[in-house]
Amino acid sequence: MAAPALKILAWAVPLGLALLIAPHVVGPFQTLTLLYGLIFGIAVLGFNLLLGYTGLLSFGHSAYFGAGAYTVALMVKYFKIASMELFLAGSVLMSAVIAIVFGFVCVRYTRIFFGILTLALSQVLWSLAFKFFWVTGGTDGLRIPTPSLLGMSPGTDKMEFLAFRYYYYVLAVFVLCAIVMWVIVHSPFGKALQAIRDNETRAEFVGIRIRRYRLIAFVISGVFAGLAGALWAPLNGLATPDVLVWTFSGEIVFMAVLGGFHNFIGPIVGAVAFTYLKTYAVGLTVYWQLALGTVLVVLVLALPKGIMGLAEIVAARLRRPR
Amino acid sequence: MELLLIHVLNALLYSAVLFLIAGGLSLIYGVMRIINLAHGNLYAIGAYVTAWSIGAAAAGGAPDAVLFLLLPVGAIAAAAVGAVLEPTLLRPFYKRPEEYQLLVTFGLLMIIEDCLHLIWGPNPLSAGKVYQLAGSVTIGTFRYPAYNLAVIAIGILSAVALWAFIYRTRFGVVLRATSQNMRMASALGVNVNRIYIQAFTIGCLMAGLGGAIVVPGQSAVLGMGVEALILAFVVVVIGGLGSLEGAFAGALIVGFVREAGVALFPEVELAVLYLIAAIVLLVRPAGLFGRGER
Repeated sequence: MAAPALKILAWAVPLGLALLIAPHVVGPFQTLTLLYGLIFGIAVLGFNLLLGYTGLLSFGHSAYFGAGAYTVALMVKYFKIASMELFLAGSVLMSAVIAIVFGFVCVRYTRIFFGILTLALSQVLWSLAFKFFWVTGGTDGLRIPTPSLLGMSPGTDKMEFLAFRYYYYVLAVFVLCAIVMWVIVHSPFGKALQAIRDNETRAEFVGIRIRRYRLIAFVISGVFAGLAGALWAPLNGLATPDVLVWTFSGEIVFMAVLGGFHNFIGPIVGAVAFTYLKTYAVGLTVYWQLALGTVLVVLVLALPKGIMGLAEIVAARLRRPR
Repeated sequence: MELLLIHVLNALLYSAVLFLIAGGLSLIYGVMRIINLAHGNLYAIGAYVTAWSIGAAAAGGAPDAVLFLLLPVGAIAAAAVGAVLEPTLLRPFYKRPEEYQLLVTFGLLMIIEDCLHLIWGPNPLSAGKVYQLAGSVTIGTFRYPAYNLAVIAIGILSAVALWAFIYRTRFGVVLRATSQNMRMASALGVNVNRIYIQAFTIGCLMAGLGGAIVVPGQSAVLGMGVEALILAFVVVVIGGLGSLEGAFAGALIVGFVREAGVALFPEVELAVLYLIAAIVLLVRPAGLFGRGER
């Protein structure tokens, strides 16, 4: 465990420093894009506990992300709460409850049925958010004001708040989440999940309670997505059913594959890369879906291991003596 | 009583279109074991092409009969797109894990969605002329569009035709054999690649036909494919993936629940459908008519 930890530190420290100084070097627009990327990174990190480590493809992670975002919005609307810490706690609780209920149903299945079931259940939440407009605002969504961080009021300059204080707040949560996830996947529990992924029958014979392990992984995964949703809500300023609809789940899958889901940091790289890709594609053309769809098709055809897979190939080429 | 009849007709109308979409999805899964997330977009292609060609013909002063003959154009267009997509994009993925199959069709979904936008622009396209020309029939004190009855008839006819095609022709035997055991069929001399392309084309033809017959009654709009796909999912999950009887029964269930839902519980109408699908998966994972495999 020590060797990979050192190896990770070798690139994690410079990367962390770059993330620390980023808001002072690049403009607010870049910082906010990066902020979105980091937030999606948390969600995809959670998602990948299922896909990469447990071998379950969820097409319904928008449910937990959206549940996190809507929890924040509803806390603002009905309880006039403004504390980010309470938002995070509420979202974690809410997404955990939903993930336990949905997961209890879904983990009985694997492969394609798991995917369809997660999708169908996430659509239940979407249709509720869509139809109960007097609670959720329907397609108009719910507004979310800037929250207070650690009891400090956000001040009046929203841009300054988001690009600096909120950025560092999210960065701290992000680092914490990455460490927690790293510990999880390298723990005996994480190893058990990988055993289930590689060979269900053998894992069962070794004495792993497959369904229970899958459920726990499902709930952890959902909580990460819910946490990301809660962080996303004040940044976006508006919670709409768009974060609950199943195509958003598709984007989460896209991010994981773009970065490479066989790799621990692949999902993070994928989330940041996807955010930049989408931001620029949307800025360049109204046909951004066409562009992103083409990227996705080419990616799965030519680079199934994503950006990190490509990096590994390049690194191996460089290391090989000529 | 007459009102109830109108509701039943509406439910049947909805079921007929859903059967065409879900039947195609199910047929493709049954033969090739892939879920085509872009299937709803093929339905949208059918709708757009039909609406566009009828609109163009009507503007060009074509006689009314021609407008009716132009209805199947969308279905043929969707089938043609399917015939191109299967060998080029999907074939490399049959031997790879499902994640990749789902992802490539998800990419396809995004591409087709924007191609429709690119070709026909953001405004809805309608072929309402045909709807008006068909006139209406009188049911008690109500007037009901005759075109809707035609859609129901087309739905039933295509179900019968498909059943006969699959259970009463030589091609159907080969198709079912390939679906049950692709390797064995291949060993016995079946050209599996050709069966795949034919099955995929028929599936797309059905989706396109669904779009083609729906478009005189309602406009072709962006996003209609994504919406239809999810309902088709509900249908095939209830009926059983890969089963045509299941798609038929599932379409009827979803059609009637939806019609009842719109009238009685509009807020949770969609949620109820998804919950029915989830419950069926829990109680009978293979669906009502599934073959019990995963």
